[in-house]
Amino acid sequence: MTTYYTDQHEWIRVDGDEGTVGITSHATEQLGDVVCVETPSIVKVLAKGDEAAVVESVKAASEIYAPVGGTVTAVNETLAGEPANVNADPEGEGWFFKIKIADKAELATLLDGDKYQDFVKGL
Amino acid sequence: MTTNELPTISGDRGLDHEEPLIFEIGRDGKCGVDFPDVTVGDTHLGGLRRKGKIGLPGLSEPEVVRLYVRLSRMNYAIDAGLYPLGSCTMKHNPRLGEKLARLPGFADLHPLAPMSAAQGALALMRELAHWLTTLTGMPAVALTPKAGAHGELCGILTIRAAIEARGEKRTRVLIPESAHGTNPASASFAGFTVDEIKATPEGRVDLDSLRSKLDTDVAAFMLTNPNTCGLFERDICEIARLVHAAGAYFYCDGANFNAIAGRVKPGDLGVDAMHINLHKTFSTPHGGGGPGAGPVVLSERLAPFAPLPLLVLENGAIRLIEDKSDAPQGSKPFGRMAAFHGQTGMFVRALAYMLSHGGDGIRQASEDAVLSANYVLASLKDVMSAPFEGPCMHEALFDDTWLHDTGVTTLDFAKVMIDEGYHPMTMYFPLVVHGAMLIEPTESESKESLDRFIHVLHTMAEEVKAGKTARFDGAPHLAPRRRLDETTASRKPVLKWKAPDLKQAAE
Repeated sequence: MTTYYTDQHEWIRVDGDEGTVGITSHATEQLGDVVCVETPSIVKVLAKGDEAAVVESVKAASEIYAPVGGTVTAVNETLAGEPANVNADPEGEGWFFKIKIADKAELATLLDGDKYQDFVKGL
Repeated sequence: MTTNELPTISGDRGLDHEEPLIFEIGRDGKCGVDFPDVTVGDTHLGGLRRKGKIGLPGLSEPEVVRLYVRLSRMNYAIDAGLYPLGSCTMKHNPRLGEKLARLPGFADLHPLAPMSAAQGALALMRELAHWLTTLTGMPAVALTPKAGAHGELCGILTIRAAIEARGEKRTRVLIPESAHGTNPASASFAGFTVDEIKATPEGRVDLDSLRSKLDTDVAAFMLTNPNTCGLFERDICEIARLVHAAGAYFYCDGANFNAIAGRVKPGDLGVDAMHINLHKTFSTPHGGGGPGAGPVVLSERLAPFAPLPLLVLENGAIRLIEDKSDAPQGSKPFGRMAAFHGQTGMFVRALAYMLSHGGDGIRQASEDAVLSANYVLASLKDVMSAPFEGPCMHEALFDDTWLHDTGVTTLDFAKVMIDEGYHPMTMYFPLVVHGAMLIEPTESESKESLDRFIHVLHTMAEEVKAGKTARFDGAPHLAPRRRLDETTASRKPVLKWKAPDLKQAAE
């Protein structure tokens, strides 16, 4: 399993043809306490960069974009009742949705862990 | 952290009353009014006679009056103090406007009154339209939108109608990342997709980003000028040229018109549509607790698509055209924005403001608003950090760079302002600036009032820098309530009062 990152602070953990998507801990620090997460519907087809989810914190509402194109296969239902999971464990329990990746070549356009850390340091 | 803790038997502190909820005072069954017994027979009720209690609080009339008077004393209002809320133009409400808005001929006029009986109100609308089109240098105005965002929607729907009339289909609206959140909402509501335009390090529209996104699929570019960073978009004429060359329309968010009214005519800058928040620029901020109004001025190209009703002068009388089939030659109204004719009370206040100031007075008000903001910026930037170089327009923007490693956040700083007796500034907006603090003093404040405000903020900033941060933790400490738990309030809102468990209450 490899985890990739976007410059919009999403991560995608790839296992075979499927990826799990969430937001990074840097994103949650910037957002503050998350109060609501709107996840996409299952079987929704997303192109890379499409608005996939909305996360609302005490400070702002932000769109979450699909890191790669594909079809949504699962969403994290527990976030509806426990949006705090996003803050507590952004890259674990706080995942948003799973996507069946249409074209794995798109992963090459994303950042690896080290490059993302460098990117955050430069902000 | 109260400095002089004097516990009282009542729980009140002098004139500061500890106010329970209305459900927690009074007694079940008590009522300030005597109602006769209900004599309606069951035959008239269709079996729907109420069986249980309705659960209303039981209070006498003096108890009800006192509750609301005491609660109203906890309000902070422009009539109570300086209100530096950025991007809101919290100027004061001249008493003249309030007096005129209460004239029975305006205040009590029924919206369905025959036009012959409403000529005074219609003449007022015509005069207001004249002032708005003159101040903006635009030929037409739609008066009905009821707020800024409603005006944005009106402008975007007008643009959509104009594009459809050309037989074109365009799907995108371009919006800078510093825009008011209502801009993308309005574009999206009208069926467009929103595409974001980047900002330059100077906090203005990045022309290269705009150029790269402009094509024949773009319906409009929406820009606020001065923008939400309090900066004038210097390239606005070039922006208008680029937008028009792509066949798109140029929408201007007029929320910050108070910085330029009487000095700049948006029509001269190439703007096609702009809403004007009457309730900001022309007094009664935030609607003064009442309604707002967001008329939209339109360019020659968009004027034919203005919504109903249309105001026309015929044989010496003013008439409202309410129906498409009745519209004059060449006019193709896209529909209507409101059931009736707009917010008459706001129209009266705005026109009273305009007539009492005159064109030169409106210009002076704008100049003073810009001067006040620059006075605040110049007086505080030695202790607080400003993200952009140079002078500002009507609002001074600071970021939280100066708070790094102090343990104090923008939120803490704003909350201590409450302890100091001020309404906080706008915080964490615009989103493009980290930990933003946006201060708009407006022209209403005297130099003495600004000096006092600056002294308080300057001293607070010095305290933070000297490490004296104890009172920033958990502030406000002197308000009727301590810091509210916004997170839990949003995650687990309690929207309904529940009677306490009687068994528990008895213990």
